[in-house]
Amino acid sequence: MALPTYTETRYRIWHYFYIGFCTFVFIFLIAPLFVIFPLSFNAEEFLVFSEGMKNLDPDAFSLRWYHEMVYGTKNPWGLAAKNSFIIAIFATIGSIILGTLAALGLSSRHMPYKGLIMAVLISPMIVPLIISGVAIFFFMAKVGLAATHTGIILAHIILGTPFVVITVTATLSGFDHSVTRAASSLGSNPVNTFMKITLPLILPGVISGGLFAFVTSFDEVVVVLFLAGLDNTTIPVQMWTGLREQLSPTILAVATCLIILSTLILVTAELLRRRSERLRGISR
Amino acid sequence: MSSETKQILTTDGIPLEVSLKKAEKKNKIKAFLLVAPLLLFLFITYVFPIGEMFTRSIDDKMITNMLPKTFKAMEKWDGKELPPEEVFAGFYLDFKVLVKNQEQGKLGQRLNKEKNGFNSIVKKLMRQIKRNKIDETISIKEQIMKIHKRWRNVEYWQAIKRTAPPYTMAKYLKGMDMYYAADGSIAQVDEDRRIHRILWLRTLEIALFVTIFCFLMGYPIAHLLATLPMKYSNLLMICVLLPFWTSLLVRTASWMILLQQQGVVNDFFVMIGLVADNNRPEMMYNKVGTYVAMTQILLPFMVLPLYSVMKTISPSLMRAGKSLGGTPFVAFWKVYFPLTIPGIGAGCLLVFILAIGYYITPALVGGASGTLISNHIAYHMKETLDWSFASAMGLMLLTGVLVVYWIYNKLVGVDNIKLG
Repeated sequence: MALPTYTETRYRIWHYFYIGFCTFVFIFLIAPLFVIFPLSFNAEEFLVFSEGMKNLDPDAFSLRWYHEMVYGTKNPWGLAAKNSFIIAIFATIGSIILGTLAALGLSSRHMPYKGLIMAVLISPMIVPLIISGVAIFFFMAKVGLAATHTGIILAHIILGTPFVVITVTATLSGFDHSVTRAASSLGSNPVNTFMKITLPLILPGVISGGLFAFVTSFDEVVVVLFLAGLDNTTIPVQMWTGLREQLSPTILAVATCLIILSTLILVTAELLRRRSERLRGISR
Repeated sequence: MSSETKQILTTDGIPLEVSLKKAEKKNKIKAFLLVAPLLLFLFITYVFPIGEMFTRSIDDKMITNMLPKTFKAMEKWDGKELPPEEVFAGFYLDFKVLVKNQEQGKLGQRLNKEKNGFNSIVKKLMRQIKRNKIDETISIKEQIMKIHKRWRNVEYWQAIKRTAPPYTMAKYLKGMDMYYAADGSIAQVDEDRRIHRILWLRTLEIALFVTIFCFLMGYPIAHLLATLPMKYSNLLMICVLLPFWTSLLVRTASWMILLQQQGVVNDFFVMIGLVADNNRPEMMYNKVGTYVAMTQILLPFMVLPLYSVMKTISPSLMRAGKSLGGTPFVAFWKVYFPLTIPGIGAGCLLVFILAIGYYITPALVGGASGTLISNHIAYHMKETLDWSFASAMGLMLLTGVLVVYWIYNKLVGVDNIKLG
């Protein structure tokens, strides 16, 4: 963003102010994530940088809290992590299947009441979580699924499908329908056409929708707080109780692991997005 | 012409028009069948339960079912003076059934909410009935009135009459700090007890300011990201996307660490001499904490729609504006800014809708001033178990959100939501 030499001084000043402000905002966005990282290696029990850490004294750093996270006595993280992964994986699979089917129907030009149906399908994303939580809780309590994994998985499918519907519809918007027609005219049945032609082409959209659904489920706490019993606590619920009661550095160790996980997801999502753009020929 | 088109037949001998219509219909059904599983699933597990919240919030059938004979007799009563003998007799018969089923306690509690003092006189009446002190051959009105002086007070009978309808708006009125007064009119709660209005206003205020902060911070960086060459902007985009993908609780936790009194931000302020070491400002457990944390958490939702709109604006438009004699500011204001309005609408409404239903972050970093409507709903769901009130509050919030969503749909269209 070099300025041309003829720029007047006041625009020059304005430009540097703009760059400075943007730098501040980027730091504001990303810095909080980096505070957690060094503090999780704190040898002490307090959540502040000790004198030793400021002087980079090696004794001030330790893996104590990671050890605590994995081997600590009556620690809830093992169970919570297991539950979180089981729930998120099943919720993702459910969201992908239901969401992709719905997106295929929605992108057909024969679909009646498209706008209305889309609005209903996306509503779980728009309705405040607390209301979704209350409504889903009433339903699950009535059918006896409260405090079960199944109940939480179903709830997360509700919350996750809008993302799959949106990403897959977006992918299908650039989809050339003549390829499926070509397949049919060459004698392929609809299922075969879908598996061999459509699915490989929309796969990036499906997977990135699935990633959204996974993260939504993995990070969801409001609905789980309503639905979960003692056996179904998840990582976010444990963090929520931990942050409310006593801030132990173990939470920071968990948080660091979660940041690493989200970095991996980000990289995957980004690679998929680029691949999808390349396939649709809109990459620059 | 029309006679000619009619003659076009398919190989099966069916007119083409009919055959085409049939195929179209088949396609329509096919498309709908693909959507049907999700639609059905959402209706059963989500849309109907929300509807059920509504019936739950206005439901007041308990007393209606408990005192059927009383309310039947009360239909003829004008409600001004003490009710006639039939009402007392009906009430006595209803009450006897309740005592037999041991449900009179529930009645007393519910009536006590309507008017103070019911609990004790219901208990008194119950004891008299259990001891068979009431003679059914003579006037029941006289006997009941003798039990306690409140049974002789017309106001208590008016209170019973008010509970007759099976549906009530009382929970909604309570959510707005209003209630039904003794004469059935709507009255305001005393000024010092209007807690719900404070909550609504606070929620609205926080959502509004967070939206403004997000816009002020998001617009410049979205512009920078959209105008920088790809290789730099991709790198900077990570700063937006990484927080977006990171757990909400992780980000809230990091703000708790940053903003605490011995935290990094305060350390920094002390270091540059902005505040004295012994006079560190409290930045958490108040509104400052809520604003800072929520702005950072919701900022990506502002930047991403803005970015996707700005990316489509050709840089030559700004150059054209400048070459036609506009200063950079004029060119920006007259050319660039109007083109970004769809993105601004999308970003602002998205952030506003998300902020107005926020729950976790304000509860953790907001302290007492961080209690918003959502927290209040959760409180009534989990602590007081007043589910009908929680439902009423939830639906009031939902109505607000749907209005905003409707505007959003009009301005940008729901199917224009883009992710990442």
